[in-house]
Amino acid sequence: MITMEHICKSYKIAKRNAGLKEACKSFFHRDYEEIHALKDVSFTIQDGEMVGYIGPNGAGKSSTIKILSGILTPDAGTCLINGKIPWKNRIQHVREIGVVFGQRSQLWWDVPVIDSFELLKDIYSIPDHTYRSNLDELTERLNLGDLLRSPVRQLSLGQRMRCEVAASLLHSPKILFLDEPTIGLDAVSKLAVRDFIRNQNEIHGTTVILTTHDMQDIEALTKRIILIGKGQILLDGSFSDITKGNPHIDETLAELYRSYDI
Amino acid sequence: MKTKKINSFQLYLHYVSINIRSMMQYKTSFLLTAIGQFLVSFNVFLGIFFMFQRFSHVKGFEYSEVVLCFSIILLEFSLAEMYARGFDAFPDMMKNGTFDRVLVRPRNEILQVLGSKFELTRIGRMLQAVVMFFYGITKSNVEWNVSKILTVIFMLIGGTALFTGIFLIYAALCFFTLDGLEFMNVLTDGAREYGKYPVSIYGKRMLQFTTFVVPYALVQYYPLLYILDKSTNRFYILLPLLAILFLIPCYLLWRFGIHKYTSSGS
Amino acid sequence: MKKYVSFFRLRFLMGLQYRTAALAGIVTQFAWGGMEILVFKAFYEADASAFPMSFSATASYIWMQQAFLAFFAAWMLENEIFDSIVNGNIAYELCRPLNIYHMWFSRSIANRLSRAVLRCFPILIVAAFLPKPYGLCMPKSLPHFLLFVITLLLGLMVTVSFCMLVYSLTFFTISPQGLRMLFTTSVEFFAGAVIPLPFFPETLQKIMELLPFAAMQNVALRIYSGSMSNEAMLKAIFLQLFWLFTLTAFGKKLCNIAEKRITVQGG
Repeated sequence: MITMEHICKSYKIAKRNAGLKEACKSFFHRDYEEIHALKDVSFTIQDGEMVGYIGPNGAGKSSTIKILSGILTPDAGTCLINGKIPWKNRIQHVREIGVVFGQRSQLWWDVPVIDSFELLKDIYSIPDHTYRSNLDELTERLNLGDLLRSPVRQLSLGQRMRCEVAASLLHSPKILFLDEPTIGLDAVSKLAVRDFIRNQNEIHGTTVILTTHDMQDIEALTKRIILIGKGQILLDGSFSDITKGNPHIDETLAELYRSYDI
Repeated sequence: MKTKKINSFQLYLHYVSINIRSMMQYKTSFLLTAIGQFLVSFNVFLGIFFMFQRFSHVKGFEYSEVVLCFSIILLEFSLAEMYARGFDAFPDMMKNGTFDRVLVRPRNEILQVLGSKFELTRIGRMLQAVVMFFYGITKSNVEWNVSKILTVIFMLIGGTALFTGIFLIYAALCFFTLDGLEFMNVLTDGAREYGKYPVSIYGKRMLQFTTFVVPYALVQYYPLLYILDKSTNRFYILLPLLAILFLIPCYLLWRFGIHKYTSSGS
Repeated sequence: MKKYVSFFRLRFLMGLQYRTAALAGIVTQFAWGGMEILVFKAFYEADASAFPMSFSATASYIWMQQAFLAFFAAWMLENEIFDSIVNGNIAYELCRPLNIYHMWFSRSIANRLSRAVLRCFPILIVAAFLPKPYGLCMPKSLPHFLLFVITLLLGLMVTVSFCMLVYSLTFFTISPQGLRMLFTTSVEFFAGAVIPLPFFPETLQKIMELLPFAAMQNVALRIYSGSMSNEAMLKAIFLQLFWLFTLTAFGKKLCNIAEKRITVQGG
């Protein structure tokens, strides 16, 4: 279970003005501007839930994900994930999570995919039999077969994303964070990735937290949506709470952003 | 079922092997880079060679002694560069966000950063250093014994540790700024370049600096005096190992940098 | 001509943007120059009679070398140009009504100029105020100074035209890396970046002075430090002009052949 209570986070950002004179000045003295990335964010996610976490750019999505994955320490508030504080017990905590950054690869570019998987096996100290059964299952369900033997640089984006997803699940994490998992994919690959994620949740009860701008992803995968804007949770409800029956999803969302002025 | 935890060293070897397999995809490029590394340091050697065509000695050191000195520092540097290249490429890791990936894995960060790059191409430089070392030995009349051989080994260990520490500082500074880190070249490439001569030739102040601040002299000048019979102080044999202590402040700076990173997220 | 000037302007202004990098570069080069001078000082103290030029001339040579590093550094080849040749983007550039050779030439000059302009003044000013034998001396006379400026610019052009030759040759090789490496190391050595040419044994030095590499930094730095006779200066300037014309003519020819090959083969 994930509980986040009253989490706040603000950054100091050095102000910098244009011009040589200003640049010299900033060398000795800097003005800081405080940016409140998260203001009193609270929510609870049960085991086995699939949640879409949406909001415009700069709303605080990535700060939240960073806090949940233990990379970022908040200024105030508490967060417990399966009984652990992510940033305090980071190494323990990250054993139980899988992260897919849609834009950045975790696979080695020039060697066959399977080599990267073998390395992950050692990084997570996955026992042999667990690794083998997970690999077999993922290979079958994601249809990886021949891909495993090819170097990553020869794969198409869709093929690569399937491998990325598999790589994040080799150590059987309880929670899976997906950041824009379908970005840039063609229609067939998108459907394949979505189907897989849904199955993963049904078969293994993996908790899935999905951040994306793609409303079709949200519609296909999640029952619950958390909308964040300007560092605050604006809406926490079901998909139909947001669309209210309107079939044009993107328009509805844009309308919603406008109404919250975010 | 018992879970066998892979220890850090085994994991590191796994990283090395995947690095080498990656590199072998580009064999020509590997070979050319290695030759290039060789040529660059060969140029430095030629510089020394031609200077000594004109001058017979410098501040009490002869040609063969300088060659020995250069070969050892070059070997130390290229060893460190080979396995600690991940620190050198750390600015890129910060810029493209790969470091976040490091943080979401249940392993020591330094191990992962080191594992991200292994520069086997530095073998070119090492080869140059080894050839020069034996050339220096045949040209000079050092009488080798166990304690002198030990001194050389300690120099290699201490020197590699020292350069690793400097690379680590470079990486740690990336947590604070990504601009203008070029000046660190003075401590890395500069030390390799100017470490070719025993530091004493640069004067007393430079000797003090390299003894107490950035301890190059501990892995170069003092043990060299012992090897060349210019000093009988047996303490100089162990002095290079003292340079390993330099890693402590470097590591603390790194920890501090990570702390800053996880509390500011950038 | 106008379009090359605007191309030059654009590149020049782009280069000026990286101020922090420039500051760090200045500090680095200053340290580098200082160490270099300490090396020569040690050798000078070991045997002053073996010195081919006065010590303060050597110091001036080194400071000038550091200040104008960006003019002559062989490794400052442009990756963008290599990449565009290797990955075939060069085809787009060929579509524009520009001469590739002229465009790359003006762009390389601009890059090197903008880097040097930012970095040279602080180095020169501080070096000029250093105590006597270690600092930068004033030039011997006004004509010397003028000749220095002329040969400095000529040297820059020879360096760039040599780089152009490397770019043009890249069209004909599969791996530009080897070519590049060979070029960089030989320039460093023969141009006098490792040790100044006067420090080489006499016969070797005589041969080296005839090579195109000697027409790069060697002439200007030695004229400034006043270690060249009038006759030697004249000969050196003549050689600079000769190499400039030969290298550009050869480079242009190669570039034309390469362009034709691309248009025939379609990239």
